[in-house]
Amino acid sequence: MITTLLYSMTGLILFAMGLFTLIIHSHPLRKILAVNVMSTGVFLILVAAAYKPLGLGKIDPVPHAMVLTGIVVSVSVTALALLLACRVQETSNLDLLERRKQEARPKESNQ
Amino acid sequence: MTAFQLAAPAWMIVPIILPLIAGLFCFLFNRRIFAIALTAALANLLGVCILIYQLLFFGPMRCHMGGWQTPIGITLRTDGPALLMLLTTAITGLAVTLYARGYFSYRILNPRHAARHQQQQRYFWPLWMLLLTGLNGLFLSNDIFNLYVTLELIAISAASLAALSGKPASQLAAFRYLLVSLLGSLTYLLGVVFLYRSCGVLDLDLLQNLMQNAPGIRAALALMSIGLLLKTALFPLHFWLPPAHANALAPVSVILSALVVKGSFYLLFRFWFEVFTPIITTSALNFMGTLGAIAIVWGAIQAMRQPRLKLMVAYSTVSQLGYLFIAFPLTRIDGNIHIWGIVIFMAMAHACAKSAMFMVAGTVFLHLGHDRIKDLNGIRANLPITVFAYGIAGVSLMGLPPSGGFIAKWLLLSSALTSSQWWWALVIIVGSLLAMIYVFRVMSHFFVIPEDYAFTKPTPVSPLMEWPALALALISLLLGLAASWPLYILAQGNVVLAQIFPGGLP
Amino acid sequence: MNWGQWLLTAILLSSFIPGIIIFALPEKKHRLRTILNLCGSILKIILILAMDTGIYFGHNFEIRLPIIPGVELLLNGDPLSALFATLSSVLWLLTTIYAVGYLEGSPNRSHFFGYFSLCVTVTIGIALAGNLITFLLFYEMLTLTTYPLIIHRGTKKSLRAGRNYLIYALSGGAVFLFAVVALQTVVGTTDFTGTGFPSTFIDTHATVLSLIFVLLIIGVGVKAALVPLHGWLPQAMVAPAPVSALLHAVAVVKAGAFGILRIVLDVYGPQNLLLLGVLPLLATVASITILYGSLRALQQDDLKRRLAFSTISQVSYIALGISLIDQPLAVIGGLVHLVHQGLMKITLFFCAGNLAETLGIHRISEMDGVARRMPLTMAAFSIGALGMIGIPPTVGFVSKWYLGLGALAAGNWWVVFILAVSSLLNACYFLPILIRAWFGKQQGSWPEEQYLGRFETRLMLLAPPLITAFIVMAAGVVANAQISPLAWVRFIVREYGL
Repeated sequence: MITTLLYSMTGLILFAMGLFTLIIHSHPLRKILAVNVMSTGVFLILVAAAYKPLGLGKIDPVPHAMVLTGIVVSVSVTALALLLACRVQETSNLDLLERRKQEARPKESNQ
Repeated sequence: MTAFQLAAPAWMIVPIILPLIAGLFCFLFNRRIFAIALTAALANLLGVCILIYQLLFFGPMRCHMGGWQTPIGITLRTDGPALLMLLTTAITGLAVTLYARGYFSYRILNPRHAARHQQQQRYFWPLWMLLLTGLNGLFLSNDIFNLYVTLELIAISAASLAALSGKPASQLAAFRYLLVSLLGSLTYLLGVVFLYRSCGVLDLDLLQNLMQNAPGIRAALALMSIGLLLKTALFPLHFWLPPAHANALAPVSVILSALVVKGSFYLLFRFWFEVFTPIITTSALNFMGTLGAIAIVWGAIQAMRQPRLKLMVAYSTVSQLGYLFIAFPLTRIDGNIHIWGIVIFMAMAHACAKSAMFMVAGTVFLHLGHDRIKDLNGIRANLPITVFAYGIAGVSLMGLPPSGGFIAKWLLLSSALTSSQWWWALVIIVGSLLAMIYVFRVMSHFFVIPEDYAFTKPTPVSPLMEWPALALALISLLLGLAASWPLYILAQGNVVLAQIFPGGLP
Repeated sequence: MNWGQWLLTAILLSSFIPGIIIFALPEKKHRLRTILNLCGSILKIILILAMDTGIYFGHNFEIRLPIIPGVELLLNGDPLSALFATLSSVLWLLTTIYAVGYLEGSPNRSHFFGYFSLCVTVTIGIALAGNLITFLLFYEMLTLTTYPLIIHRGTKKSLRAGRNYLIYALSGGAVFLFAVVALQTVVGTTDFTGTGFPSTFIDTHATVLSLIFVLLIIGVGVKAALVPLHGWLPQAMVAPAPVSALLHAVAVVKAGAFGILRIVLDVYGPQNLLLLGVLPLLATVASITILYGSLRALQQDDLKRRLAFSTISQVSYIALGISLIDQPLAVIGGLVHLVHQGLMKITLFFCAGNLAETLGIHRISEMDGVARRMPLTMAAFSIGALGMIGIPPTVGFVSKWYLGLGALAAGNWWVVFILAVSSLLNACYFLPILIRAWFGKQQGSWPEEQYLGRFETRLMLLAPPLITAFIVMAAGVVANAQISPLAWVRFIVREYGL
C-alpha cells in the first residue's frame, strides 16, 4: 500500500513540475521536455495502480497495456512537436535575420 | 456470412478502418490520391447511413472488438447522438474533400509556388484521412482509454494539418496548438487513471453503474473536464483557437473549426450527462453555463473587431461554442430528452454553417489575394454563389428561422423560460444580436458593387470551391425544417438516457 | 394534400420560383426577366382571388408542418390573411411594372428583381401565417430580403440606412422571438385561433401575459414604425422609388401593422385583452405616433422624407382602430385603412419617383408649376394626397369616417380630437404641395430634365400611379357595394364575431 502511494505521489509531483515548466518557460524545447515529464508522471501513477504485493493475487494487466500504448503515443507526439519546434525556430530566426538586414540597409545607404 | 448482414455490429468498424486504409494508400501512392480520398469519404457516408439504418431497425448496438468481453476488451457502440455526430462529420467531410480538391487545384495553377502547393496537397490527403479516422473512432468508442488514443490521433493530425501552409505564423500557431492539445490529453489521461483506480473499469457503461461521490471520482471528473475544455476552447481557454484556425489553409480551417472542436465537446457532454451524472452539482452546471455566456459575448465582440475575414470567422467559433455550454444549466428541467436535441442541433447547424463560412473565406482569399473586410467590395460580381453561401450560413449563425441554429436557440430559450432561468434567455438573445452585427458587417461589403468596379476575372474559380460551400449552407438552413428527423434518430438512442434521467438531476 | 393546400403552396411558389430563376438569369436577358415577373405576379393574383372566393364560401385552407414538439409551421387562409394577400399581390403587379420602367438601363437588375420577388413571397407568407412561429419565420426573412433592396444603390448613405434598418429590424425580431417563446411557454400554443387563448390563463398569469403583449407589440412595432421605434424609416428613403413604395405600402410597414392586428385579434383575442386592460396603452402609443409623424412631416422639404413621416403617422390609424376593440366600427375603420393607406401611399410614392426620374425633382421647393409639365402624374398625386387628408369620395374618407364613428360610439372624445387634429395636419403638409404644383410658377429649368417616351414620362412609370389613383377614387365611391375592401372588412369583422 505504501509502495503504491509513494509511486503515485512521485507521479503527481512529476506531473505538477511538468505543468509548471510548461507554463513558465517559453523555450520550445523546454516545453516539449515538460510535456514528456508530465506524461512520465501519469505513466508512473498508472503502473503503481497495477502493483500488487507478492502473493496477493494476480497483477492487473490492463494498466500495463495502457502504459505501453501511452508510451508509443508519447514518442510519436514528441517527434512531431520537435519537428514543429525546429521549423518555428528556423523561420523565426530567418525572420529575425531579415529584419536585421533590413534595419542595416538604410544605415548603409546613409553612410 | 454474418459479417455481411445488415444487422451485424461489425459494420461499426467501417467508419474507423476505412479512412485509415485510405490514409495509408494516400501516403503510399503518388497518383490518384484524390480519387482514393473521395472514395473513402463516400464510403464513409454510406457506412454511417448503414449504421443509422441499423439503429432505426435494431436499436443501439455494442461491438466487442476482437471478441474480448467488456472488462478487458474495447467496446464500440452506436446510439442516437453518436450517429448524428458521425453523420455530420461524414457530410461535412465529403464537402471538405471536394472543396480541398478545388482549392489545391486552383493554387497549383499559380506557377510561382506550384511545387510547394503540390507538396501541400500531397500531405493534406493522408493527414485528413487520419483525422477522419480519429474523429469517427472518438464518436463510436465506449472506452475511456481508447478515447484518449483517438484524442491523441486527432491532436497529431490536426496540428500537422494546421502547420501545412508553411508560413511562420501558422507554424507557430500549430506548435502552440499541439502543446495545448497535449496538455489537454495528458490532463484527460490523468483523469482516466484516477477513474481507473477508483472503479477498476474503463468501459463507459460499467463506469455508469459504479458512479459514486468519492474523492477520486470527483478529481477524475475535474481533470477530464479541464482537459476536454482546453481542447474545446471554451472561454477563457480559447486563446489558442483563433490563430490556429485563421492561419491554416482554408480546407484545414474548415476541418478544425467544424469538426475537431465538436469532437472534444461531444465527449465532455457525454461524460457529464451519461457517466458522471449522479455526482454533478447545480453549481457546476451553472459554472459551465456562465463560462459559455461569457464566451458568447466575448467571442462576438472580438469577431466584430477583427479586420480580417478568417479571424472574424474564427472568433465567431469561440462565440458559437458558448451556446453549447449554455445548455448545461438548462438540464435541470424535467423530461431531459431535449438536452441532447439542443446540443446535437447546435453542433450540426454550426458545423455546416461554419464550414461554409470558412470555405467562403478561403475562396475569397484565393480570389482577391487578401481577406481584409473593408476591401471586399464588389466580390459579388465575380463570386455570386460564394457570397450567397455566406449569406445563408450567416442566417444560420444568427439563429434566424428556419435554420438549424434557430431550432437550437428555440429549444434553449424555451428550456430557459420553462425552468424560470430567464437570464440565460437574455444571453442567447444578446448573442444573436451580436452575431447579426458581425455577420452583416461583412455582408454589407459583399453586397455592394461600386460604380467604378472593374469586372475582371483573374482566374475563374472552380465550381468545386463554390458549390460545396453553398450545399453545406443550405443544409444548415434547411436543417430547421427537417428537425423532426434528427430528433427521431435521437429518440431511438434514448434507451440509455431514459435510465439515467428518471426524474431530473439531483 | 387537398386542392386547398396545393393552392396555398402555389401561391407562395408563384413568386418564389420566378425569383430563383431571375437570380440565375444573366444580366442581359431583360425581356425574359420582365415576362417571368409579370407572369408570376398575374398568376399570383389569380390564385389569390381563387383563395378569396374559397374563403368567402367557407372553405378551410390549412397546411401544417410539424417541426419539433411545440413548434410547427402553419399556413392558414382566413379572411384577414386574404385581405392582406390580395392587397400585396395587386400592388406587387403594379410595382413590378413600375420598377421595370424605373430601372431601365441601370446595373444589377437580376439581383434587384430576384430579391423583389423573394420579398413578395415572404410578404404573402406573413399574410398566410397561421401561428406566431410561422409569422416570425417570414417576418425575419422579410428583413433579410428587403435589406439588399434598400442598399441597392451601394452608396455610403444607403449603406448607413441599410445598417440602421437592420439594427432596428433585427433587434425587434429578437424581442419578438423572446416574446413568442415566452408565450408558448405560458400558454402552450401560438396558433391564430380567432378568439385567442383560453381566458383561464388570465387568472393565473395576468402580469406575465401583459408583459409579453408589450414585448410582442414592440417586436412588430419596429416594422410598423411606432414612435419611438420609427428611426429607420425616414432613412430608408435612399432606396430606389419602387422599393420605397413597396416598403411603405405593401411589405415592411404593413407587415408590422398586420402583426399588430394578428396579435390583438387572434393571439390574445378581444376578450382577453379587455380583461388585461393593456389596449389603452396601444391606443396612446398609436395616437402619439399619429401626431408626431404629422408634425415631423410638416418640417420636411425633401418630398420622399415628407411622405415617409406621413407613413409613420398613417399606419398608426390601423393600430388606433384595432385598439378600440370593443367598437366594431372603429375596428372596421382600422382594418380597412390597411388597404386604403396602401393604395394611397403607393400612388404618392410612384408620383414622387416619376418626378425624380423625369425632372430630377427631390424637394418640395423645386415643385413650383410642375403640374403643367406632368399633369397626369400630378393629378394622381393630388388624388392620393386628398385621400390622405380624408376628403370624400376618396378611400381615406371612408377609413376616417369609420374610425370617427367608432370613437364617438365609445364616447372616446380624445380619439375624435386626435383624428381631427391629424387631418388638419395632413392638410397642412399636403395642400401646400398641391398649391405649388398646380398654381405655382416654374422658376428656372428643372434640375435634370429628361424626355422619356411619348407621354410626359415612360408609359410604364405613368400607368401604375394612374391605376392606383383610379382605385383610390373608385373604392371610395363604391365602398358600399358587394365587392370592395370595406365589404370584405365587414365580412372579417363578422367572422370574428365582433
